[in-house]
Amino acid sequence: MNPLATLETALAAGLSTEEFQQIGTLLGRAPNQTELGMFSAMWSEHCSYKSSRRHLARFPTESPRVIEGPGENAGAVDIGHGLAAVFKVESHNHPTFIEPFQGAATGVGGILRDIFTMGARPVALMNSLRFGPLSVPRNRALLTGAVAGIANYGNSMGIPTVGGEVFFEDCYSLNPLVNAFALGIAPADRIFRARAEAPGSPIWCVGSKTGRDGIHGASMASAAFDEEAEAKRPTVQVGDPFLEKLLMEACLELMRGDALIAVQDMGAAGLTCSTSEVASRGGAGVEIDLDHVAQRETGMNAYEIMLSESQERMLLVVRNGREAEVTRIFEKWDLDAAPIGTVSGDGLLRVRHQGRIAAEVPCRALTDDAPAFDRPVARPSWWPSPEIVPADLPEPSDWNAVVLEMAGSPELASRRFVYEQYDHMVRSDTIVRPGGDAGVVRIKGEDFGIAMTLDGNGRYTARDPRRGGAIAVAEACRNLAAVGATPVGATNCLNFGNPERPEIMWEFTEAIAGMTEALEAFGVPITGGNVSFYNETEGRNIFPTPVVGVVGVLADATKRIPQHFSDSGDLLFLAGPATGEALGASAFLKEHHGRIDGRPPKPDLAAEVWLGAFLRAVGTKGIAASVRDLSEGGLAAVAIESLFAPDGSRIGADLAIECADRLEGPLFGEGPARALLSVRPRDAEALAELASRHGVPLTQAGSVGGDALRIRVNGSPAVSLELEGLADTFRNSLGRMALA
Amino acid sequence: MARFAVLVFPGTNCEGDVLHAIQTVTGQPAELVWHKEGSLDGFDAAVVPGGFAHGDYLRAGGLARFSPVMEPLARMADSGQAVVGICNGFQILQEAGLLPGAMLRNQSLSYVCRDVRIRVEANSSPLTMGLAPGTALRMPVGHAEGNFRADDAVLEALEADEQVIFRYCDDDGEATADANPNGSRNNIAGVRNRRGNVAALMPHPDRAYEDALGGADGCRLFESLHRFTQS
Repeated sequence: MNPLATLETALAAGLSTEEFQQIGTLLGRAPNQTELGMFSAMWSEHCSYKSSRRHLARFPTESPRVIEGPGENAGAVDIGHGLAAVFKVESHNHPTFIEPFQGAATGVGGILRDIFTMGARPVALMNSLRFGPLSVPRNRALLTGAVAGIANYGNSMGIPTVGGEVFFEDCYSLNPLVNAFALGIAPADRIFRARAEAPGSPIWCVGSKTGRDGIHGASMASAAFDEEAEAKRPTVQVGDPFLEKLLMEACLELMRGDALIAVQDMGAAGLTCSTSEVASRGGAGVEIDLDHVAQRETGMNAYEIMLSESQERMLLVVRNGREAEVTRIFEKWDLDAAPIGTVSGDGLLRVRHQGRIAAEVPCRALTDDAPAFDRPVARPSWWPSPEIVPADLPEPSDWNAVVLEMAGSPELASRRFVYEQYDHMVRSDTIVRPGGDAGVVRIKGEDFGIAMTLDGNGRYTARDPRRGGAIAVAEACRNLAAVGATPVGATNCLNFGNPERPEIMWEFTEAIAGMTEALEAFGVPITGGNVSFYNETEGRNIFPTPVVGVVGVLADATKRIPQHFSDSGDLLFLAGPATGEALGASAFLKEHHGRIDGRPPKPDLAAEVWLGAFLRAVGTKGIAASVRDLSEGGLAAVAIESLFAPDGSRIGADLAIECADRLEGPLFGEGPARALLSVRPRDAEALAELASRHGVPLTQAGSVGGDALRIRVNGSPAVSLELEGLADTFRNSLGRMALA
Repeated sequence: MARFAVLVFPGTNCEGDVLHAIQTVTGQPAELVWHKEGSLDGFDAAVVPGGFAHGDYLRAGGLARFSPVMEPLARMADSGQAVVGICNGFQILQEAGLLPGAMLRNQSLSYVCRDVRIRVEANSSPLTMGLAPGTALRMPVGHAEGNFRADDAVLEALEADEQVIFRYCDDDGEATADANPNGSRNNIAGVRNRRGNVAALMPHPDRAYEDALGGADGCRLFESLHRFTQS
């Protein structure tokens, strides 16, 4: 029935020889097959963070606002008025490559469970996506499939997707990235934790029935892919957003009372992970009987039930004597709910199946005792690469064509094709829609708003991981400032290649160092996140791609700063240092010259902090008609984005640039700490005064109006593009490429 | 005073928006009613909100007609009281036989969420009472199946009876193909029944009732509904 495991089966399950020996030491005997499967899942990179744990410890995780830091299902920060924002970002990269629709959809389902497990009602979603070039049909299928999957799940749940990012690089062709972020709101004093502290309390399994889907998803997500990846499709779970909607409503209804001691969602490694984590966090044990677990199919053995990753399930630790409440609420929502065991005091996870003990292991052996590596780190010999200066590049002859080309490029074209497939208005709280720097939702009955953004630049991090990490944080904080919000907490998803390669670990540690420097400069704590290693297919690693989600508070939601030009005659100002001409690793270099090289701009964290304070002051005083930060594509990109509002309205602009040398730098340079503002002429003086008080350089840069984007260089016309054609190129190019 | 019922099926997700919009715009009492309820006694109007009732399994709105609350809802419709659907509520009322036509998948084959403009075509419904035909309103859509279909004979009758109450239009109020977000025949965005007391539309007035949301044109529809209950 359940024979003892051998070294061969352990190796086949992804464990190493040393790990197999360590399991024997921890148990004092050889594990059986079920136990081996449980160790294999829990000690996988995905669940144990064995290559990353020691490095993640460097992140700042504390601030007066932090209610729950890393370690729980999601982080929680105090946002005032007795409320907490509960949020996290998580990857679903490997499942998406195998099956894009379900892989991406269940990524949304998983992150939402993390949020409502904490007792928070999810109110917003975002996602960060990376695919290979759309010239390859397979990549088009991955993009359209993943977006449709995310839309299907999030829309059905009735939670608006208010922001995100989509980028394309060759390195993601065989390894797309799907990182899903969710944010919920809970009373600050009623955050639920996943700690089973009271022996004798009943443990319930609620929600969906357990089936054979997703078995060994955690191990699959912890290995590099080869040509047989397609054969792994059965390891991808199938999502049912309708069931999750019911599960969410039932859990939130139950959590309003006090019948629950702890809640833990079932994601990676299913019952094994949820039972052992909830017990070891509370210093307890768990005894369950698999005969009581509602099953979708017959003949499942203990191994399959313990490792199934069937979606939409939760583990509840119920207060003794309060079981009737659980039954009543789950019956109302027509959901399965059954007691499957109890909390014990002996620290063991004891699993019964068909009258026998199928597994008996210390909970801590699966969790806290998991191996932790200090993997070798080696700096690659090519680093650092030289800065790129315009003199190294052939000079374009037709700037109209270049600006139009960039406006329709995969890097800079409007993401409308993607975000219009996501319901971003449900809940009627979205007050800044996707397509700007950050999404903002309000809370009915409160004055403040919650702003959020998800940012990363794999190209930067590939060329200089420390700079790339710092810039990801800086850009996210700048995006929040651009709508007038103050950053209060962050989460990150660290997508990297194979950690067994020393140069990958160098990228990882350097990116963490850069992120840490920036987080400390902004005073923003990391409250949780996720590491996705082994983003390697057929020996090729992805660009190191840390994605940072930052959440901010906008004290007065009515003071949010618009993201688009509005009135003819408004004046344009460029705020920030005049050192913005960096072209290394830029969108321009990639899209126009087909080069991904050079060094990304040097972060200027002090200037970023000053710019942020300045933009928030501008928002509070209401003296900007629009603000947008400069990032990929520089000034040209931000000018184009500002022309076209999401409601379909548009207005032209005259951009005036002073330039002593070549135009590439001023137009497309991606130097840090900059933003483009439009202001009414009567507010220009107040703006200048505010800028000087905050130590932010301010340069006049033209005006709003007309029916074209015009760019004058030293007073002479250099670019003139009619809005009609520019709108079509900017707004529709991505959709045309995706559906080609 | 008028009392509004806002129906909630498992999978409904716009009930809070509709409830809040009614209360904010009309100042009247509104209550959520669970789909297992067998009575709607004491209500003057019922709204079926958007979402994915019963997961939209089988077809969008296809299973909702088996919910107990649909019986008293049909009685309200029979008695001439106002019954209104928004988005999935439109699909549910069609599936229940209370409104004509059916919804196909959008022509793009994708879910679409963006602002559209709609033109009031007839003021003989609970959603348009007191609105001048030709009035253009802006509000978001959010659906994957809003592509209105009816055969030629039905369509002709709908048009002849002025049962088409909203049409997608462009900035100039023209019902062009470009302004149509889903491929609906005749750019139809909303219809009413023959009697004029049951009406629905695909766009979301419940997402456009305050300037903070990017527009407040949806208020006009809730004001109209309130007016209808007073008539």
